[in-house]
Amino acid sequence: MPWDRNQMAARAAQELQDGWYVNLGIGIPTLVSNYIPEGVNVTLQSENGMLGMGPFPFEGEEDADLINAGKQTITELPQTAYFDSAQSFAMIRGGKIAMAILGAMEVSEAGDLANWMIPGKLVKGMGGAMDLVAGVGRVVVVMDHTNKAGESKVLKACTLPLTGKAVVNRIISNLGVLDVVPGGLKIVELADGVTEAELRAATEATLVN
Amino acid sequence: MSKTYPDARAALEGVLFDGMTIAAGGFGLCGIPELLINAIRDAGTKDITIASNNCGVDDFGLGILLKTRQIRKMISSYVGENAEFMRQYLSGELELEFNPQGTLAERMRAGGAGIPGFYTATGVGTVIAEGKDHKDFNGRTYILETGIVADLSIVKAWKADPSGNLVFRKTARNFNAPAATCGKICVAEVEEIVPLGSLDPDHIHLPGIYVHRLIQGPHEKRIEQRTVRKKESV
Repeated sequence: MPWDRNQMAARAAQELQDGWYVNLGIGIPTLVSNYIPEGVNVTLQSENGMLGMGPFPFEGEEDADLINAGKQTITELPQTAYFDSAQSFAMIRGGKIAMAILGAMEVSEAGDLANWMIPGKLVKGMGGAMDLVAGVGRVVVVMDHTNKAGESKVLKACTLPLTGKAVVNRIISNLGVLDVVPGGLKIVELADGVTEAELRAATEATLVN
Repeated sequence: MSKTYPDARAALEGVLFDGMTIAAGGFGLCGIPELLINAIRDAGTKDITIASNNCGVDDFGLGILLKTRQIRKMISSYVGENAEFMRQYLSGELELEFNPQGTLAERMRAGGAGIPGFYTATGVGTVIAEGKDHKDFNGRTYILETGIVADLSIVKAWKADPSGNLVFRKTARNFNAPAATCGKICVAEVEEIVPLGSLDPDHIHLPGIYVHRLIQGPHEKRIEQRTVRKKESV
């Protein structure tokens, strides 16, 4: 059985190291905060201007002035700090954030990432993703390995407009974990019950040993 | 000279003109200058270029000025929550310049700080870099981005004193601080103007030198995505 959304998020949470400042993207990456291992202290950055992002508020305690980058109501923690958007991206661009976990539409074997638009169809915008992939220490992508038609999203070369070139370090998909290495992608781990043959069949990118 | 004006209409008197550029604070619907946006709608100013991270939603925030077709061009990083925005853009009625979010914030900061351009690695190898000057520093490639100087800044803060010193609240600070600095004129709207001397000078987020006009008023402060958790029963 391939991993579901929560299992992918739980696997991605294993990437976190004690003391790190981390930025989690919108979607499955947001779920990662539910699976932070015990004893691992990470500070979550929200690029709209906050370090130390807390959980969703209790019903009735929502505050319109306190949202995350996905515009969801959240809460603060004892160590929380607020700042403006220029300061927020200064710490991102300046390499102070250890890791970003982001979603993807396509990833290439060279670590290129596409996740912000489909020409003529879907125009969302890159938000802070281009700044994050260019600035943080490590980029981990969480994504489904294939699209609804069963076609690989792990490609030799991206077909969609890029968010960043050669920026992805690790891919966590519903089928397993792959690292971007010289010459292509290397299988690090298979999802429970997924065979290497299944992962290879779902991958268009070059796989190296 | 007092910076305090009776309302948004009065505070915008003489600063609006067709074809102008406006820098607006806010992230999504959080910390947006909702009173000033409504007054710009009422003034009917046309062909506006707006630099703002988002463009509100269909019926609130900057989305209101899209509906009235007062905006000619947006400079934004994200338009995902606004159907009318996408419709006008895809049909070619609205010009859109996508800026990465951090690049947009820094363009405003730089413009306000007298810095005409800066190099950043953000966007290198993407469509954002096309046509821009590339330069290598210490073996890494960067692109040249320019500072934004707007004809007008419209921002929202929590509190102000009559000298224009501003205090923001939680994540509603966002683009308001950099946007405030990059306007030739900055009009700020706040929930409360407090007496001089009642703000701790060590706790001012934006010094009043950046703020030229000031209004206070009630804010709707709409929530875009209301997410909650249940209280666990004891």
